[in-house]
Amino acid sequence: MHPILSTIIQRLGLGLLTLFIVSIIIFSSLEFLPGDFGQAVLGQAALPETVEAFRRELGLDRPPVERYFMWIGNVLQGDLGNAFSGRNASGVDRSREVWAMIEPRLMNTLFLATMAAVIAVPLALFLGITAALYRNSIYDRVVNSVTLTTISFPEFFVAYILILVFATYFKIFPSLANISDDTDFTEKIYRSALPAMALTMVIVAHMMRMTRAAIINLLASPYIEMAELKGVSKSKIILRHALPNAWAPIVNVIAFNLAYLVVGVVVVEVVFVYPGLGQLMVDAVTSRDIPVVQGCALIFAGTYILLNLFADIISIISNPRLLHPR
Amino acid sequence: MNNKSNDILLEMRDIRIDGYSDDRWHEIIKGVDLTLRRGEILGLIGESGAGKSTLGLAAMGFARPGCKISSGSVQFDGMELTDMSENERRSLRGSRICYVAQSAAASFNPAHRLIEQTVEATVQYNLQSERDAKLDACGLYKELQLPDPDNIGNRYPHQVSGGQLQRVMTAMAMSSRPDLIIFDEPTTALDVTTQVEVLSSMRQIVEQFNTAAIYITHDLAVVAQMADTIKVLRYGETVEDAPTRVMLSDPQEEYTKSLWAVRSIQKQPSVSDDIALEVRGVDASYGASVKVLHDVSIKVPRGRTVAVVGESGSGKSTAARAITGLLPPSKGEILFNGQALPPALKNRSKEQLQRIQMIYQMADTAMNPRHTVRDIIGRPLQFYLGLTGRALDARILELLELIELDASFMDRLPGELSGGQKQRICIARALAAEPELIICDEVTSALDQIVQEGILKLLLRLQEELGITYIFITHDIATVKAISDEIVVMFQGKVVEQGSKDEIMAPPYPDYTELLLSSVPEMDPDWLTNLLSKRAS
Repeated sequence: MHPILSTIIQRLGLGLLTLFIVSIIIFSSLEFLPGDFGQAVLGQAALPETVEAFRRELGLDRPPVERYFMWIGNVLQGDLGNAFSGRNASGVDRSREVWAMIEPRLMNTLFLATMAAVIAVPLALFLGITAALYRNSIYDRVVNSVTLTTISFPEFFVAYILILVFATYFKIFPSLANISDDTDFTEKIYRSALPAMALTMVIVAHMMRMTRAAIINLLASPYIEMAELKGVSKSKIILRHALPNAWAPIVNVIAFNLAYLVVGVVVVEVVFVYPGLGQLMVDAVTSRDIPVVQGCALIFAGTYILLNLFADIISIISNPRLLHPR
Repeated sequence: MNNKSNDILLEMRDIRIDGYSDDRWHEIIKGVDLTLRRGEILGLIGESGAGKSTLGLAAMGFARPGCKISSGSVQFDGMELTDMSENERRSLRGSRICYVAQSAAASFNPAHRLIEQTVEATVQYNLQSERDAKLDACGLYKELQLPDPDNIGNRYPHQVSGGQLQRVMTAMAMSSRPDLIIFDEPTTALDVTTQVEVLSSMRQIVEQFNTAAIYITHDLAVVAQMADTIKVLRYGETVEDAPTRVMLSDPQEEYTKSLWAVRSIQKQPSVSDDIALEVRGVDASYGASVKVLHDVSIKVPRGRTVAVVGESGSGKSTAARAITGLLPPSKGEILFNGQALPPALKNRSKEQLQRIQMIYQMADTAMNPRHTVRDIIGRPLQFYLGLTGRALDARILELLELIELDASFMDRLPGELSGGQKQRICIARALAAEPELIICDEVTSALDQIVQEGILKLLLRLQEELGITYIFITHDIATVKAISDEIVVMFQGKVVEQGSKDEIMAPPYPDYTELLLSSVPEMDPDWLTNLLSKRAS
């Protein structure tokens, strides 16, 4: 078997192990959350016996270890369980499946993340490469300081500034990004423009700076001097000789930022009232709807692990020492 | 080396180059003239820091970052490089002037196949189509005696050996059929046996295409094989210029004579039966599978020097690691003064540790850059001998005196010392423990000839005065001849031969010793030619 394949399989295995450990951490940290769903629904005035009965019905009276294995066992069969919300102490059960709640939200989040990534990644690479090419020029300094400025402001501030400029002064885009399943594609893009722009501004700086630094770091290598002495032009030196050796650090930062686009965007979602996964999770935490929180957290963790796995694989493939062993 | 015309290809006049360091510009090339005819090879020699590479690159109109050509003229084939725009100068590089760098492993881009890099410049200048250039490159690989010339180009740099890479780099320089090639220490990083092959194929190909070359090196014997004329540089100034044969037979300047000074040290070897250390049938391996030493036995007589020679990868340094206990042997034993030493370092007593000390090749990395000389030498004195306060200072001073440095060095940091001074401090640190045996691992390999001579003389003097036993690991036969009493030849983890210097250095030789000894360049311009014809017959 090709050594790369075995490395990838090994990384996949490690990723699954990580996910398993994360599931334990998610579960046990929720155990430490003060109060529970029963208390939250019934209120402070409820009789202890009523709360107790409701807890029993939800299965919250069983020992944590047992509950963990029931939960994880179901997850492994693709069943994230039913939400707590929609039930009440009188026994009426209008609860929905966790997956049915998560799925449309997840699709919205992925849509926004993809849109931001499609703008931000090529933009960051372009800016990083050109900044490295014209390093220490006015262009380099402007790009550096502008991106540094956008990353330095809090996300909500960037978001409100965008609303102020593009929705209030110039009425180009809507300030509220309320989309749903039946919104058509172009309309979705139009309505998501401002949140996507806000996210782009937040993540471009990080990726652009890593691209620039990774390339400049290699420019002192003897093989770059060799290329100069072969008369290779400046732009070709960067694109042909530096960039192929710089992918590993760049891809890692890209993966990190893409993961952020999925798991870290709740503030931007709130500002633009975008119906994404982050909001769902925050609402679920507030109402102590444990199965929903667990489901969201597991998806976030999975996204993170998967993207990092991709980054690892790409950095392995970009290294000829590993791709073409002796 | 014939077929020379009087047609001048390169003419450099009063070249001055500044380098930027310590916040100001220093002149590092101070008005050097250089003339090169078509098809001629000029040897540029000098110690590190003499400005050889800087001058060589200036011939391409190139200055490294932090350097600038401040004045002077570089005329290449009638064109004045210093008046050209950067783009015009660039268009000469890789087409009419090419460069072969010292470290082939670092100078190839790890991300591209060899053949892509070989033809890059030729294709970029549209001198040939990519297909023709690649075919031509395979032909060059063949001329340069690379194995499997049709396919070796499809490999990546990490897939071929250092000597092969160096030849591929020569093919890369040759691909555009330039008028001039700058060879910058192209064989310095290679073993002697590999060096011979690379030198001969380089010489053959520049002769075949009548290419002019500037050959930069610090090794006079190597340059003698390659160059028609030799230029000696020191501190950025020309010391002496002369045709090769004249330079070798009749050097005018003291400095030129001193360049082969190390070859003039001759220790009178003496034999002794009093064995201080004996390595008996030792096997050692890294990890479970990579066995590096096979049944190695070495006897080291007291108060004598045993030189361990061999190419890189022959197991010399591993043998040292086994003796010191850094790499416990998997088989066999190590006897010190007749008693078996525990195999692993951690099981040895303080007294056993004190008796065997080690000095490393890179004095730079063997010292903590944040410790002063006082700390560095004082540490073993405190640890082994328990000296403190005034007694400690007094002993440090004595040791400094022993290595011919004065008290002003006490509070300096390693960064403020020269390479030779750093190595002296390492010697003092080893001496501080009052050892019986010192293992010297390539201690002079990173130093210039003259500094090497100083260190070797110091080691010899210390042996005479203190009766220390040395194991001297080196790949440099000149050093071996200079200081050893006995010689151990190693090859592929085995001891090929052990005996007194006179026995080993006199025929008949076993095959490998013969190959090793005959590959050491000699100060004779016909040496390579004679050697090749002898080997061919």
